[in-house]
Amino acid sequence: MDIFDVFLLEAIVNGLLLGGLLALLSLGLNLIFGVIDVVWICYAELIMCGMYTVYYLYVQYHWPLALAMLAAIALVALLGFALHQFVIRPVLSAEPINQLLVTGGMLFFLQAAATLAFGIEFRNLGVTLPSVRVGEMSFSAARLLAFTLALAGVVGLWLFLRKTYLGTAIRAISQDRAIMPLMGVSPARIFGITSALGGALAGLAACLLVLQYDVHPAIGLSFGPIVFLICVLGGLGNLFGGFVAAFVFAQFIAVGGFFFHLEWGYVLAFVFFIVVMFWRPQGILGR
Amino acid sequence: MNYPLHLAILVLLWGYIYTSWALMGRLGLVSFGHGAFMGIGAYTVVMLWNHFGLSPWLGGLVALAFTALVALLIGYPCFRFRIVGHYFALVTLALSEVARLVIVALRDQTGGSLGATPESALREGATMSLGALQFSSKEIWLVVVAAFWLGGLAVWRALDRSMGRLALQAISEEEEAAASVGIHVTRAKLRITLVSALMTCAGGILYAQYQLYVNPDTVAGIAISLQMVFGVIAGGMFVMLGPTVGAAFTLLLAEGLRLAWGNRFPALDSTIYGLMLVLFIIYMPKGILGAALDALRRR
Repeated sequence: MDIFDVFLLEAIVNGLLLGGLLALLSLGLNLIFGVIDVVWICYAELIMCGMYTVYYLYVQYHWPLALAMLAAIALVALLGFALHQFVIRPVLSAEPINQLLVTGGMLFFLQAAATLAFGIEFRNLGVTLPSVRVGEMSFSAARLLAFTLALAGVVGLWLFLRKTYLGTAIRAISQDRAIMPLMGVSPARIFGITSALGGALAGLAACLLVLQYDVHPAIGLSFGPIVFLICVLGGLGNLFGGFVAAFVFAQFIAVGGFFFHLEWGYVLAFVFFIVVMFWRPQGILGR
Repeated sequence: MNYPLHLAILVLLWGYIYTSWALMGRLGLVSFGHGAFMGIGAYTVVMLWNHFGLSPWLGGLVALAFTALVALLIGYPCFRFRIVGHYFALVTLALSEVARLVIVALRDQTGGSLGATPESALREGATMSLGALQFSSKEIWLVVVAAFWLGGLAVWRALDRSMGRLALQAISEEEEAAASVGIHVTRAKLRITLVSALMTCAGGILYAQYQLYVNPDTVAGIAISLQMVFGVIAGGMFVMLGPTVGAAFTLLLAEGLRLAWGNRFPALDSTIYGLMLVLFIIYMPKGILGAALDALRRR
């Protein structure tokens, strides 16, 4: 095979774009883990809620798309906050595995409630963004947009955590939960804010996903596992590590899918994850 | 069609599978990967039967050997390198997705997401074929499944009374301390993982032969792995009959709501179930049976 195969190059660039999307997906989950030390197994289901919000406001109620998206981001932020207040807080001092399981219960609940409310039909926004052609290769504009927004999200979050008082407080809490109340920072308040922020990032991801994929109640299961594994691979809570891991994973999926079948790309990525776990359980860039 | 008998078989079959999972789960090894072992059991047997005409008795042996190999390949490095808690859960989660995706990717052989049906060996009015492990009589299935279920409980009991359980309990509380008093941590964990995985694999074989249909989404993958975990949590992880109570509870909830409202609200049972799970984990972490026994004892 020719090294400069244009289709292989296209697969690699598409992998890069997919990496941007996955990086954006894992951003909120990673933030939550880094600060609150809880894995939201139902994170992908929060994204699904955001996708349904955009779909209904835009298609059924004819809101302008941008407004529908803003509403979705606000709603999922609220959901994230509520999830923390009513579900995570009661088990915050229980064994860590209970925190994992309780959000797993939420996964069941959200998925079933969506089936009950919206049915199992695949729903399409009906918006198609043009594809961008470079030479003989073509790329989806939605993915380019996701890639750009993912970069903006990472930079924005980094600036927020570094440059603002609230961001500094969040970083301090993640380093030492016990000492911060003495400094006049309330962990409960910071956890609530972080959860809302994580939810807002999930909402942002939902806006980009709904442009590319049909929404249905089980959609969370199709990308949820990948997102957790990316966060673990990057070192849970390490935002930069998660960013790198997203691109590594995406290349496995895109290039593996190019040479074999799409599923084999995923299989390769998961096997790679398991092997890396044995080699470096704390993730490639773990703390 | 004998509906109560069908329900009884399903309760005992899932009760057996949940019990197999809980052997590990109650000792702190929360696996999200048991869907892989069930899928290996179900698919190996059906594929060997359909493509090579190999009897499920021999196919079952192949499936068990394959499961043992996978369990060792995953378990040994996990335990050797001290992957515990939610890292263990996430590594095993990857395993169950690998199993599901491999089944889907081999769609030319397995039928992919559409699932597969074992070729019927029941010709010309025959009601059973022992060689093909196919019985049209539900009574026979009830006896078979009940035997496996009792076997599962016997394993639980034997483990409870063994030194191995004490060792594993010590490990789940404080791994370093357990190692310092001479417990071989890796070996103790591997042994229980192997037992649990092989029992789950056998459950997968029974499921495939009873339903005569396998589908990657219903026998492998993250959904089925979570179903096992949550069934056990609902029933009670720390008492022998807890997993069975969990299986009975989930099945009767689903069937009860279906009988009450028909199919008008297709996901109502899972919605209620999901909500109850969340409440259970927060307020009743010992599950239905565990909480009931506690209440009895207090009186």
